Amino acid sequence: MIAPILDEMISTRKAFGDALLNLVQEGYDIIGISADTSKSMGMDLLAKEFPERWVDTGVAEQNMLLVAAGLASTGKIVFAASYSVFTSMRALEQLRTFIAYPKLNVKVVAGLGGFSAGIEGVTHVAMEDLGIVRSIPNISLIVPSDAIATQLATRAAAKWNGPVYMRIGRDASPVLFNDKYTFEIGKANILKTDGNDLAILVNGLLLYEAIKAMPLLENEGIEATLIEVHTLKPLDDATILNSAKDCGAIVTVEEHNIIGGLGSAVAEFLGRNYPIPIEMVASPDIFTESDTPENLKLNYGLTTESILQAARRAMRRKKTEK
Amino acid sequence: MIFMNVKNQYSDNLIRSLENKARKIRFEIVRVASLMGEERRAHPGPALSITDIMVALYYQVMEIDPDNPHWENRDRLILSKGHACLVLYSILSDLNYFDRIHLDSLRHIGSILQGHPDMQKTPGIDMTTGSLGNGLGLALGIALAAKIDSRSYHTYVVIGDGESQEGVIWEAAQTAVKYKLDNLTAFLDINGWQSCSSVSETMPGQRNRERWEAFGWNVIVINGHSMREILSAIEIARNHKHEPTMILANTIKGKGVSYMENDNSWHQKAPTAEQLEIARRELEMI
Repeated sequence: MIAPILDEMISTRKAFGDALLNLVQEGYDIIGISADTSKSMGMDLLAKEFPERWVDTGVAEQNMLLVAAGLASTGKIVFAASYSVFTSMRALEQLRTFIAYPKLNVKVVAGLGGFSAGIEGVTHVAMEDLGIVRSIPNISLIVPSDAIATQLATRAAAKWNGPVYMRIGRDASPVLFNDKYTFEIGKANILKTDGNDLAILVNGLLLYEAIKAMPLLENEGIEATLIEVHTLKPLDDATILNSAKDCGAIVTVEEHNIIGGLGSAVAEFLGRNYPIPIEMVASPDIFTESDTPENLKLNYGLTTESILQAARRAMRRKKTEK
Repeated sequence: MIFMNVKNQYSDNLIRSLENKARKIRFEIVRVASLMGEERRAHPGPALSITDIMVALYYQVMEIDPDNPHWENRDRLILSKGHACLVLYSILSDLNYFDRIHLDSLRHIGSILQGHPDMQKTPGIDMTTGSLGNGLGLALGIALAAKIDSRSYHTYVVIGDGESQEGVIWEAAQTAVKYKLDNLTAFLDINGWQSCSSVSETMPGQRNRERWEAFGWNVIVINGHSMREILSAIEIARNHKHEPTMILANTIKGKGVSYMENDNSWHQKAPTAEQLEIARRELEMI
């Protein structure tokens, strides 16, 4: 399922735009809606090929989600795309009350997720969006890890009956998956099984760092299992519980504030069902500064090295906390 | 902009029967508000100011089918000022979307009738509303879908004057003009009051006609309690091309019940048994 690490780089935004166009070409009754974000979210392809299936509300994200809800109430599949900071915060109430509550078939595509908008600074960097959206009932919450996953996730979202929030990135990122990759909402992917010392649960673009960490862990004698938990909701309880039972220690890896995202979701679930040591690689609970995504990941500890350190801590705790 | 110059095109019988229906609905509103008591207090005042508009729409204008509430080509009504849902629930039960007995269960666990309109729980509700300012954008999405699919249904939305302080109303106002949604007709219920105070005191300088015209809407001003003016305005709106229509309806909060009229304490309050009897007499329900 994992491609050999090559230098191929594709933007998840472009992958989304391509997939959206393909779905419309195949006859899906889809409307794309943007808020002056058609180019920046890859929706310009749809706008060009099917202008009658594209709506733009101008710089007005709340109205974008309301119009999306109205369209969806008539039976349309609506993809509404803007930046994660706006889809999860400025238009949060519209997302909650008028899309999630009435279970309308709107797919919110949240771009510039995590540090991918890092150069813009805090106004455009949503490290909180997954925690915010995860606390709202009725929404499926997905975080694809590369362009291949984004294409399949877009397709899965179109077929899913109900609200979806899909968080993607910005600039080109490494292509991690090959054509054997599958994406099913709510089903985690076990990507690599070196052993049962430790399970690494990861989603989003940091999967790249986790893949790089695997052979380094093996060099240290830590045989880990790598699981892509691309769906935060509904969480794949069975796979997470099995990995906890098999491995006895977990490291979560995500591009999000340490509060509210994958680490929280896993800890909430295992705390109630099978408490084991869990270490979290995530951003500290602070507002970050402006810089490139790479520099921000280095600065705030979202790197291959951070994963190794977390793995060592988890292994120590696994031995001492029995 | 049009001030109503009503032709006598609607028969006296039609007008009388709609006015009678409006009286019955008004009494139902007060009855249910009374039933809710202070514990579950509902909103009679803002429901009574739009009763004539709602009766005209549901009993004369809109193409709907209570036996098939999800009929794809039905006309839609979005009650943006969702707290006025007493009038909507009273009308929907009168039209047999659901049994009248459900009105007694309003605001109780297990009821199909929530505190504010819920499209998933209540047959006949076209859109969940209640958080103010959002109805216009929702209605515009529905109207836009009709344009995309070349469907003939018309979408109506009822907005409050206090509610228009919400910024997202104006996001929607500009987008409806962009997409030339002449299949969208809005009513602004200008009853002059909002939750805590008068609209003019809360936000002075409401130049409704000027600002809706400036946004590019076709604007009509009516007395929101005149059936003839309401029906004429809707007819003009439905025949107007390339622009959405805003019908500015001057209304009285609490209209039809003497002690409620222009008394903002009835924004959300339960009439006592005695007050209910006064309303019964005034609305000629004896």
